[in-house]
Amino acid sequence: MQHILSVLVENKPRVLARVASLFARRGYNIESLAVGPTHDTSISRITLVVRGDEDILEQISKQLYKLIDVIKVGDFTELSYVDRELALIKVNAPSNLRGEIVQTAEIFRARIVDVGERNLMIEVTGTPDKIDALEQLLKKYGIVELTRTGRIALARVGQPL
Amino acid sequence: MKGAHIVIECLKREGVEYIFGYPGGTVIDLYDALFENSDITHVLVRHEQGAIHAADGYARTTGKVGVCLATSGPGATNLVTGLTNAYMDSIPVVAITGQVPTRLIGKDAFQEADTTGITMPVTKHNFLVTDVKQLAMTVRQAFHIARTGRPGPVLIDLPRDIQMSKADFVYPETVDIAGYKPTYRGHINQINLALQALKKSEKPLFYVGGGILASGASEELLEFAERCDIPVTYTLMGKGGFPETHALSLGWLGMHGTYCANKAIMNCDLLLAVGTRFDDRVTGNTQTFARQAKIIHVDIDPAEIGKNVKVDLPIVGDARNILREFLKKAESAKHPAWHSQIEQWRTEYIPKCSPSDLLLPHQVVKTVYAYAGKDSILITDVGQHQMWAAQIFKVDKPRTWASSGGLGTMGFGLPAAIGSQLGNPGKRVILFSGDGSILMKIQELVTAINYRLPLKIFVLNNSYLGMVRQWQACFYEGRYSCTHLENPDLAKVARAFGAVGLTVHSEEELADAITEALQVSDRPALVDCRVSREACVFPFVPPGKSLDEMILE
Repeated sequence: MQHILSVLVENKPRVLARVASLFARRGYNIESLAVGPTHDTSISRITLVVRGDEDILEQISKQLYKLIDVIKVGDFTELSYVDRELALIKVNAPSNLRGEIVQTAEIFRARIVDVGERNLMIEVTGTPDKIDALEQLLKKYGIVELTRTGRIALARVGQPL
Repeated sequence: MKGAHIVIECLKREGVEYIFGYPGGTVIDLYDALFENSDITHVLVRHEQGAIHAADGYARTTGKVGVCLATSGPGATNLVTGLTNAYMDSIPVVAITGQVPTRLIGKDAFQEADTTGITMPVTKHNFLVTDVKQLAMTVRQAFHIARTGRPGPVLIDLPRDIQMSKADFVYPETVDIAGYKPTYRGHINQINLALQALKKSEKPLFYVGGGILASGASEELLEFAERCDIPVTYTLMGKGGFPETHALSLGWLGMHGTYCANKAIMNCDLLLAVGTRFDDRVTGNTQTFARQAKIIHVDIDPAEIGKNVKVDLPIVGDARNILREFLKKAESAKHPAWHSQIEQWRTEYIPKCSPSDLLLPHQVVKTVYAYAGKDSILITDVGQHQMWAAQIFKVDKPRTWASSGGLGTMGFGLPAAIGSQLGNPGKRVILFSGDGSILMKIQELVTAINYRLPLKIFVLNNSYLGMVRQWQACFYEGRYSCTHLENPDLAKVARAFGAVGLTVHSEEELADAITEALQVSDRPALVDCRVSREACVFPFVPPGKSLDEMILE
């Protein structure tokens, strides 16, 4: 089962390496990882998407807690939360298809953020499913480059983590 | 004050007596600061791995934090095995390594290595100091992290310019680390549930590990086991946590544990696992391990609960605190039927030591134990000799036994014995080693001689890498691939270094050699015991099998 873990860590050098190395060493798989500072600049939040059964998840969380720089580990799976991902997609856009592509983007509330003679760059935020769907639709035009941030998430108001 | 002096001042405040180390370019300022210092003795080893094993042996046998010092690059990488060894066995060690100046970090400078990167997975925590103002707090935190909670090694990587720059010296009174708050008190409901389960149990069994020693819970364990009439088995790391000559002691368990202990594990109805981590050498097949028992697991590290074996009742906290809580409430009990069953197992199988013209390794351990066992500290290397020593040499007091458990580090013994002897002056320190193990760190004999340490070293020399040979004999049809060792004359080697060197071929010679070795008081004595070449360690649970599938001979 897929889990979203939110890990609050000291905002110090090497902390991300400690977390990533823990996963590598213990043989846990990371599906996505996003990291950035929180409103408190001494603390960063690492959002991890991992897969595993209950026992594996329990071990991951306990092993993370063993790291001295890890302050708090939360699993959003049981909570109600908001999660988002951002993608930038550069797509082939010959003039005859450009309108169609722009329309598709609009349906997904995506934005055109750069225009060239042959390409458009589209910015889209949303759940990973939504980004997957847009990516699927744009494939037929030919995706030139694509980058995704990995998921970030926060528990809903009243369920702080 | 210069950074180097700040470090030494901090070490003094932490009560450090010895630093085991080896100088080099990036720690020259630290050595300069040590030069005028008389409170801390620096012990010059001959290889950095020797330094950290010595610090580790010192920590195991004194209960204090061991400290070692090495230069950057090769000095630091030579510590990696020792750090892993200490990490696997939860031994508090602080390792200080020099690093190239901060302006050169990342430039592949001379003797540069990414020490914090390399040691990240084998330390409890590590630090790279980049600001001299943080130095005192870093050392303070390093000692705090090393000795509290589940103990472990901590490394401080110290660039040369930080050692040379100046800051005001302020030693922090307190340490507060947001992400590090070990749990010491056990949950009272869990403790009550454990006591209820114990009340119902007819066949309870203690299975204890190094956590008993780390938390200093031996007295509480003894009192509780006696009051509730519970037999005790222990791991290699737990040896000494419960008096081995006590009637309730079953000896150790696992791959080469006693027949009686392994039988008891497989038949108990309640297993009280305290300060132990269900290592595969202990459990054999985890699916069948203690399959009839309700398992209660007491450990200070929550990550150990449920890691290897499903646990029915976890209690997170310090073993000593929890056993004290147990003692407050537990009523005395008797389990006569269980004990008569255990007595039957105890006599049903005793490892054979059949008479032979050859000197038998078990016999060597027995004889040394008979002559010198009492009140000695026993250190071992890794291999067959380690198993025989653990089986035969009885230890009744905590911290009088040290052996590399989790990592199984050949070469651990001699430097660990050095650290142990320095930490326990006046005590007799006995080292059992093998011909393979002793040659991995033989150069530390120089260190032992330089410091006039009267170590008693017994090498069970069978000219084989004995444990691997045993596996080849049992599982590879006797194809002894690369396990025959052509050795030098070890007694001559010892004498060349300046130690006493003796060779023994028979039991009669053995008694004389022991007597002679025991009389040496100003340097090590090495007794090279040429033992029967193909003796095997029994009982033997093949890897991955159940504990009741022991090979008995």
